Amino acid sequence: MITEFGHFALILAFLIAIVQAVVPLIGAHKHWYGWMAVAEPAAKMQFLFTAFAFAALTYAFVTSDFSLRLVWLNSHSAKPMLYKISGVWGNHEGSMLLWVLILTLFGACAAWFGDNLPPTLRARVLAVQSAVAVAFFAFILFTSNPFLRLAVPPFDGQDLNPLLQDPGLAFHPPFLYLGYVGLSMAFSFAVAALLEGRVDAAWARWVRPWTLAAWIFLSIGIGLGSWWAYYELGWGGFWFWDPVENASFMPWLLAAALLHSAIVVEKRESLKSWTILLAILAFGFSLIGTFIVRSGLLTSVHAFANDPERGVFILMILAFFTGGALILFAFRAQTMEAKGVFGVVSRESALVANNVLLAVACFVVFVGTLWPMFAEMFFDRKLSVGAPFFNMAFTPFMVILGLILPIGSTLAWKRGKLRRAAHQMRYVFVLALALALLVWVMQTGRSLMGPVGLFLGAWMVFGAMLDLWMRAGRKWSRVLRLPRADWGKSFAHGGLGVTMFGIAGLMAWQVEDIRVAKLNEPFTVGQFELELTGVNRVQGPNYLSTMGDVILRTNGEQIAVLNPEKRNYPVAQMPTTEAAIDYRFLRDVYVVIGDPQQGGGWTLRTYIKPLANWIWAGVLMMAFGGFLSLSDRRFRVGAGASKRRERAVPAE
Amino acid sequence: MRFVLVALLLTFAVPVHAVQPDEMLADPALETRARDLSKGLRCLVCQNESIDESDASLARDLRILVRDRLVAGDTDEQAIAFIVDRYGEYVLLRPTVTGSNWLLWAAGPLMLLLAGGVGFGYLRTRAYTPEQKLVALSDAEKTRLAEVLDKDR
Repeated sequence: MITEFGHFALILAFLIAIVQAVVPLIGAHKHWYGWMAVAEPAAKMQFLFTAFAFAALTYAFVTSDFSLRLVWLNSHSAKPMLYKISGVWGNHEGSMLLWVLILTLFGACAAWFGDNLPPTLRARVLAVQSAVAVAFFAFILFTSNPFLRLAVPPFDGQDLNPLLQDPGLAFHPPFLYLGYVGLSMAFSFAVAALLEGRVDAAWARWVRPWTLAAWIFLSIGIGLGSWWAYYELGWGGFWFWDPVENASFMPWLLAAALLHSAIVVEKRESLKSWTILLAILAFGFSLIGTFIVRSGLLTSVHAFANDPERGVFILMILAFFTGGALILFAFRAQTMEAKGVFGVVSRESALVANNVLLAVACFVVFVGTLWPMFAEMFFDRKLSVGAPFFNMAFTPFMVILGLILPIGSTLAWKRGKLRRAAHQMRYVFVLALALALLVWVMQTGRSLMGPVGLFLGAWMVFGAMLDLWMRAGRKWSRVLRLPRADWGKSFAHGGLGVTMFGIAGLMAWQVEDIRVAKLNEPFTVGQFELELTGVNRVQGPNYLSTMGDVILRTNGEQIAVLNPEKRNYPVAQMPTTEAAIDYRFLRDVYVVIGDPQQGGGWTLRTYIKPLANWIWAGVLMMAFGGFLSLSDRRFRVGAGASKRRERAVPAE
Repeated sequence: MRFVLVALLLTFAVPVHAVQPDEMLADPALETRARDLSKGLRCLVCQNESIDESDASLARDLRILVRDRLVAGDTDEQAIAFIVDRYGEYVLLRPTVTGSNWLLWAAGPLMLLLAGGVGFGYLRTRAYTPEQKLVALSDAEKTRLAEVLDKDR
């Protein structure tokens, strides 16, 4: 019964969304305040109904209602509760429902916190947001309805893909979607501004917190996904340049560019049309991502509901919104006249350089991802574009970005002096170079990647610290009292440096060992000694496990007992490997157990992964920096201070 | 067609795990070369995995084939050419710079030149335009301003 209510609530939300997409838009055009005011209650109702539908689906998963087709396909009564819940979005239909839930949540937030927006702009933003929701409601209801029943309910379900039964992946999709869909706010603001015909500093101030929030969530989501790949897939890769990963990375790059270009609009009222274009493209790339994941056009390890009919539907949504917004942009862009004036050497120019690099890097990822398709369609060549290409073609842009970042971010606004900024950074540069040289001498005869990564990382981290120090007028007492936005900037830039160093260090200095390990016969890998002391069969809640006991020693001293596992999930008939990892500050020791060998012993893979944690620590720092910046006083006006919320919104 | 067959067979096969100890060559130099080559070759029945990482038995066959070629005295290029001849350029994870592929490789640098040029041109116009005079507020903005000021009072 609850399921039917949920289904009904979803249909109601669809109908409300249609009203909200049309009425406020007409109201804003004709200046009919009554019509514009429809948007707010509609946005809130739309969210509540969608939330109810989502809760109903969750209830069906939690109670293992196998009369629901989706539950039967993706759940099992013996599955732990966490994965019963994460199973709601561990499939195509449920994840689409989560997608619109977040879409309507952002719409409702704009209605809740947006009472200081000009009324016409607010009405238009909510209408555009709702138009996107209409398309996705229709997609769910007509092609991927999660609420379909089975005539004869089976006794038990078919279980969720065991790879997805993992805490890292349980929370990866919600964060990722918060990021993807958060960019819809930037899109709605951009389209509303084009309809309105004006973009000014205030507009940038409203857009920036939403973009920042989306970017934070996207960073966390991508970080979680990559961490999951690292410990779950069994050889410690953390990024595969898979089409689906790229699909989440491209909006991230563009959102990062948008964050920075919005600053120029806010400070100098320039770069307006480019910022609008970025906002449209960032969300456009989110939609392309959805399309890539769900159409089956490109093969990927994430293959998820590959269905041409659905693919065509999403392609239509993509064409309508991105194409429509771009056409609107073409007609209206010239009305956005730039106002501010600044020199060729200035912070503004550095931000333009940042945008050029991030956008071109995104373009490289885009071309690489779609090239196999282009090549097959137009040149009749069937080829692959894999990690080696991206590593070569993408990395240079990040290196240049890292090199100019510390200088660019300390240049003066409006009219800067390159020599002065470089002069301020001289000690940081020398320190970073000295560290890199030291490491280069110590490692003797290995690739240059490690030292170069260390140089970039140190250059950015110390540069960010020096930036704070200089902002505080070189006084310790003032450093802590700097605005949070300054701290946020330094954290985010430093985090990028930490991530770059982590990636370079891991790739340059990884040690790998593959062997047949006999019981109780110690062997050495790098500076570690390992010993397999036993292998046991263990029964898990919904799987059978083969678990090894591996003792890890340095200098004869035991530092950890590692338990690598091989699991078999009988219902899904799928094996998974669970690596055992000894996490330390400077390195991880990563052990994977394989098959028993004839003549005794087990295949054992050992990896020493230096600086692995730094990659995700850097990502967390970036997200935390974004959060600090978001919580800055300055934004509380734009994002809506909590204090102002109690007051009822007057019907205008 | 052959790939489809292999894919079907694989569905029933028990997966083995990436590089196995029994595949590895005794000569460490050869083995390192083999590993490097394997990282650039695609597992044909997998999705975007190199044969070095893949569990599929076809990937294992290819890994062994690469090693056989190296042991037979092939250079890296010859070994790769041997495999490309049999499986097509689809196996190369790093596409060659031949024919239309130059467009793929040049896309980034060309775009950087273009975007850098446009960006620089824009910066110059910003630097040499005279500062605009401030425009008076429109009537609507005046009422809105009064509203905002009243609200905070």
